[in-house]
Parts: sequence; structure tokens; C-alpha cells
Amino acid sequence: MAAQANALSIEELKDKGKVLRRLIIRMTTEAGSGHPSSSLSAVEVVNALWFGGFMKYDSQNPTWEARDRFILSKGHAVPVLYAAMAEAGYFSTDDVMTLRKLGSPFEGHPNMKRLPGIEASTGSLGQGLSLGIGQALGARLNKNGSNVFVVIGDGEMGEGQVWEALATAEKYKLGNLTAIIDQNTYQQTGATKDVLDLGSFEEKISAFGWHTQTIDGNCQKAVVEALEVASKVTDRPKAIISKTKKGFGILPVLEETGDLNYHGKPLSPELAEKALAFIA
Amino acid sequence: MYLGEISGLKVGQATRDAFGEALKELGDKYPEIVTVDGDVGNSTRTEVFAKAHPERGFNVGIAESNMVSVAGGLASTGHIPVVASFAAFLLCNAYDQIRMSIAFPSMNVKMVGTHAGISIGEDGPSQMGIEDVSLACSLPGVVVMVTADAVSTKKATAAMIEYEGPVYLRLGRPNVAEIYSEDDTFEIGKANTIREGDDVTIIANGLMVAGAVDAATKLAEEGISARVIDMHTVKPIDVDAIQKATRETSAIVVAEEHLAHGGLGSAVAMVVSQATPVPMAYVNVGDCFAESGDPQGLLDKYGLTAAAIIEAVKKVK
Ligand SMILES: Cc1ncc(C[n+]2csc(CCOP(=O)(O)OP(=O)(O)O)c2C)c(N)n1
Ligand SMILES: [Mg+2]
Repeated sequence: MAAQANALSIEELKDKGKVLRRLIIRMTTEAGSGHPSSSLSAVEVVNALWFGGFMKYDSQNPTWEARDRFILSKGHAVPVLYAAMAEAGYFSTDDVMTLRKLGSPFEGHPNMKRLPGIEASTGSLGQGLSLGIGQALGARLNKNGSNVFVVIGDGEMGEGQVWEALATAEKYKLGNLTAIIDQNTYQQTGATKDVLDLGSFEEKISAFGWHTQTIDGNCQKAVVEALEVASKVTDRPKAIISKTKKGFGILPVLEETGDLNYHGKPLSPELAEKALAFIA
Repeated sequence: MYLGEISGLKVGQATRDAFGEALKELGDKYPEIVTVDGDVGNSTRTEVFAKAHPERGFNVGIAESNMVSVAGGLASTGHIPVVASFAAFLLCNAYDQIRMSIAFPSMNVKMVGTHAGISIGEDGPSQMGIEDVSLACSLPGVVVMVTADAVSTKKATAAMIEYEGPVYLRLGRPNVAEIYSEDDTFEIGKANTIREGDDVTIIANGLMVAGAVDAATKLAEEGISARVIDMHTVKPIDVDAIQKATRETSAIVVAEEHLAHGGLGSAVAMVVSQATPVPMAYVNVGDCFAESGDPQGLLDKYGLTAAAIIEAVKKVK
């Protein structure tokens, strides 16, 4: 049973996005740590992939061989993935509230050994695209039509390994591989343009021979349309440069704190209340 | 004088050559095997496999980090990737990738580091993996093997493919003495006693097994009976064989073509110190980077010789 059949409409996806955002905030505030702002910027992308009909998966059979694979290379944003997987039926939304607690498989970064359905153990930035290449090559050998989607941070793009991977994916013309760069313009210590300005991702990545698109990654419709375009390109790897805002969905609440990056910290219970009210 | 010459051992294939041949044959039997190369397949000999099975040989270019993670990804789709490079580049250039893309998720990847040790010779220290065993042993759940000759390397190659889980296999560049015959057995984690003896035990791996056999031959002439153990698996180490040696012989010497810290010597010492402690001595590269030179000259200069083992035996016996 592949879940691809019941794709949500844009309006339905927007409602689902609110559900994911609320879960992200609740679980990180409950945990007392984590990366809510990094998770929030990627909601529309994760939402479209999991519920917009772009990925084949079966939450009741996570090891189904022909499934598509989702790799969260920016592993610190894993609350968005736990939220989506809970909504997809891999586990309950109560389960994910044990985020980061001793004994919980909902670790601070994805651990595929402890949680079926997680396709890669990440957390050391830079490795996800290479893992995706391995899985895309493996799928090609297995002839099962499986596609691979990798979400990468814009700060993460500073890792040399990503550029090694960009070249390798083109060499093997991996038409079953899609990379989405969550360009939220911030990384840990500040604005990406100040820490390490890599210029135009679109120019650079297309120069590597990839199919590229640049979109408003917090516009649900734009994300769905870009994924539709990418799904029709099968002769080379595809990149979507997803221009987003870190903490999107609760920006006024973050503005109040004076920290628009808000990297690697949960909202206090009071701020979380405000954020949840804002989302509703 | 080559290691093994004193005992009349014949010089056979290099361990990397034996590995290349074995892998090609295994490739016929196991369709899951794939190779991932970083532009050194003609040195590591994975090229032999890749030429026979072109659709299963991937060369990602000089990009070791990427190479290792690609292997991890291939393993998660049910393949058995063999990822090979020089030991120095594989372990040192891509250590975080090995840790996160292979060891932590316990991927069924076979990592093969060739050109290990100082016996690569003229290319010099930048190419000499002399810390690889220490690095590999520091990875939870990774099996670490160092083979002594061609026959045992072929068997080790088959054993690591059959084994389910991450493995590191360390191989050398030069031709080395033949220790084993075809009927000898090879089992991961089970040391082989090459020569019986009851005064002292020499535990070695890699090309130092031949050096240990030479030392035992010479010591016998002086009336000292030395047991020689090939500890081809450093992790998990054969605790029984070591404990037996501590009970039955009065001292242990460990010989390896590796830095002093974190290699076979450290692994054996940890077992000995928790069993019946006996005096120990170590023959290894010490705590330094070596230099360019001819392989034999380097082994002599850095004390990886039968004479050095004999001296160590006399110190502790
Ligand atoms: C190899 C590595 N170096 C450093 C870190 C620490 N770290 C975690 S998140 C982060 C910033 C990531 O920025 P970006 O990729 O833009 O993701 P964002 O949080 O903005 O979504 C850093 C430096 C890490 N996890 N891995
Ligand atoms: Mg960012």
C-alpha cells in the first residue's frame, strides 16, 4: 500500500503545515532543547514531499523495498521529520513528545538504527547528498524505481563533500535524485552571507550539470509546482533552491526576541504559547 | 634480507593482489557486491573486480569523504559495497564519514585500506597509513583485520563478504612471504598459531608474522622456544589465545607495522593486563612519521626486523 495515491490539495497541505509547525514547537519546548527555527523553514518542503504525493512509502511497512527515500542531511532539523512521520502514521504524535529524552528513539538527530523509517543517520553536516547518491545508485541496480530526496541546509553547503557529491551525481546522471537546499539565509553563528557567502546556488549547481529551480520555499503552491517539474526530469539530478525564512510561521514571535536566526534553542513555554496561538 | 627469508619462506603475492583476485571471484558468486573507488582502483586492485563487473564498479574521483558516504548509501539499499583506498586516505581523510555513514548506522560496508605501513617505501610518509588500525579500532562495532600473506588475505576477503556488518581490512603494497597453505583455516576473530612454543609468545600480524617466524627460528637455535601467533583480527581480538599464552609462556612480544599507540600492541596489552599479567615488549614504528626509501631499508631502519623481535624477547624473557 503506497501512500502516494492520496495526495493532499494545496489547501489541505496548508492545514497540514500548521499541524507540523505546532508539533515542532510543542516537542522542542517539551524537550527543552532542539532546533525549532531550522525545522520551521523546511515545513513546506517536507510537507509537500510526504503529503503532496511526491513520495511512495508505507508507514506500516517501513522497509518496503521500492519505497522512496527521504534523507534529512541537515539532521538537526529532525523535529520537522518526526512531525511528518507521526502524521504519516509511523508512530503517534504522543510518541514524538519524548524527543531527546533518555530511552526515546526520537533522538536529537536522526538515528536509523533506533527508528524504522529514518533512512539515514545524520547530524554531522555534509554527508546526506553522498548517502543519497549511494541510495540512488543502489535503487538503479535494484531496478525498483525508487527515488531519493535530500534536504540540505544553506550553511551546510560550505562542506566540501557536498560539492564532491554534486559532481558525482552528475557523472552518474542520477535522474532519481532530488536535492532541496533550504536557503533560510542563516547558519549557526550568523547570516550565511557573512559566515561564508557562496553566491548563487542556482548558478553554481547548474554549472555542475544539474537541473535547477529557485523558488519561494515557504509558498506551499510553489513547492508543489517545483516538485512536479522535478519529477518529470529523469535524465539528470535535480536541485530545488528553496528560499525560505528560518522560523517561518512564527516570525513575529521570533522578532520579539530580537533573534531572527534563533538557532538551536527551544521556545520558552510562554513564547511557545504565543507561537501556537499565532499559527492558529 | 626479506622477512621470512631466515626460515626459508617463499615470497608470494602482495596482500592487495590477493585481495583483488579474490574479490573478482566473489563478485561472480555475490551479485550484491559493488566497489566504490576514489581514483586508486589500479593500486588497491578493486579495478580487477570493476573490469569484470563494470556496472557494479563506481569511481567517484578523488573525493574520499563522498566515496565513503556513497558506500554507506549503497549498503542501505541492500548492496555489499567494498570501498577501498590507501589506508592513509581512507581512514584519515574520511574518518568522520566512516564514523557517521558506516559505523554509527552499522552499515554492511567493507573498507579496505591498502598501502598500509612503512613498507610502501619510496612514496614516503604522506602515503603511509601507520595509524589506521588505531583509528579503525576506535569505531564501535567495526571488525578490524590485518592479514599476513596472500592465502590468508583471500580467505579474509571471503570471510568479510560473508560477515554481516562493517569491516576494515588492512593490506600492504609489497610482495610478502607465504605463511599459509590452502588447507589452513581462517576465521574472523580466531587467531592462528603458526608455530608452537612454550617459553615466550610472539603475537604479530601483517608482514611482521614472517618476521616473528624468523625470530622464532633463530631463537630455537639458542634453545628458546617461541610460540608465534598470527593475530589477523585485532577487533574483536582472540582473548582465549592471549590468555592461553599468558598461562603457558612466560612473556609476550607484540610485533606490528603500525604506530605504538592504539594498534595490536595496545589491544593485546589490555587483555594481558586483565588476565595473568606477564612481562611484555613491543616492536612497532614507535611514535614518528617515517621517510622515503626502499622498503627493506625502511623496515631495517625503523626496527621492523627479526633481530628487533629477538632483542625484545630477550628483554622480557
Ligand atoms: C560537520 C558539522 N559541523 C558543525 C556542526 C554544528 N552545526 C549544527 S547546525 C549548524 C548550522 C547549520 O546551518 P544550516 O545548514 O544553514 O542549517 P539551518 O539550521 O540554518 O537550517 C552547525 C554549524 C555540525 N552539526 N556538523
Ligand atoms: Mg541555514
